[in-house]
Amino acid sequence: MNDLSNKNQTNHMKLQFASRSENEAFARVTVAAFVSQLDPTMDELTDLKTVISEAVTNSIIHGYDNNPSGVVTISAEIVGEEVTIYVSDEGNGIEDLEMARQPLYTSKPDMERSGMGFTIMENFMDEFEVNSEPGAGTTIRMKKRIESKKALYN
Amino acid sequence: MNFHVELEHQRNVLITRLKGELDHHTAELVRVQLDEAIQRGQINHVVLSLKELSFMDSSGLGVILGRYKLLKGKGGKMVVCDMNPAVRRLFELSGLFKIMNVYDSEHTALTGLEVVS
Ligand SMILES: Nc1ncnc2c1ncn2[C@@H]1O[C@H](COP(=O)(O)OP(=O)(O)OP(=O)(O)O)[C@@H](O)[C@H]1O
Ligand SMILES: [Mg+2]
Repeated sequence: MNDLSNKNQTNHMKLQFASRSENEAFARVTVAAFVSQLDPTMDELTDLKTVISEAVTNSIIHGYDNNPSGVVTISAEIVGEEVTIYVSDEGNGIEDLEMARQPLYTSKPDMERSGMGFTIMENFMDEFEVNSEPGAGTTIRMKKRIESKKALYN
Repeated sequence: MNFHVELEHQRNVLITRLKGELDHHTAELVRVQLDEAIQRGQINHVVLSLKELSFMDSSGLGVILGRYKLLKGKGGKMVVCDMNPAVRRLFELSGLFKIMNVYDSEHTALTGLEVVS
């Protein structure tokens, strides 16, 4: 507890909001602001904003079928140089996870989805995991190590 | 939110400049504005200019692919120019890079269209 060195630094946050599309920007800006204490590069921040946007959008359009009365929860934890982010909903859940994670697979082709959300999250983060229960909801867990900007200049 | 679509006609080409953050929320605006312009019918091709696009996610890929298909069905073309490295990475990951012509400026995009039209 007395160790304030960067390596053992821990911090956490939790955010809950209505499943409305205008909250997507709010969610990614808020998480980016929280992670900025690790002094991430612009590229790292863009990656984080993108995966938050993907996960939150999925909760809104797939989890809650665009019904604004749902609740999306984001929690994030920083341990040392790593950030772990959870995005969850209590919506429809996913029947076939393996199929859902295939690149280009979408259950809503009529809505012009590209089926790239999970592929993007998997590619942009170091760890990526989906837990889902049909009828109960979905939780995404993602982890990324932040290479501090300071390290680049040393 | 901070997002804006700017349209400029140059003969039968519609230059569409996307500015700000393109996500699920703002993608609808792109769809409505472009479809309206395409349906009105004086344009054959679209140059999508992304110089001032500061953020995009898979919802952007979806709306771009949707307009690409719509134009193609009408015998037109959609080309993209001036994308930043983050947007380029999404284009590569999704394979859009392989089906759409990508240029580094509006000028080269317009020149490219002239050659193919
Ligand atoms: N939170 C969720 N709740 C229920 N189903 C989900 C959820 N997230 C994803 N899915 C299912 O997994 C599929 C794949 O998700 P993914 O994000 O990869 O693609 P998409 O959302 O359909 O398209 P895109 O993300 O490119 O707009 C979705 O089509 C949907 O069926
Ligand atoms: Mg998605």
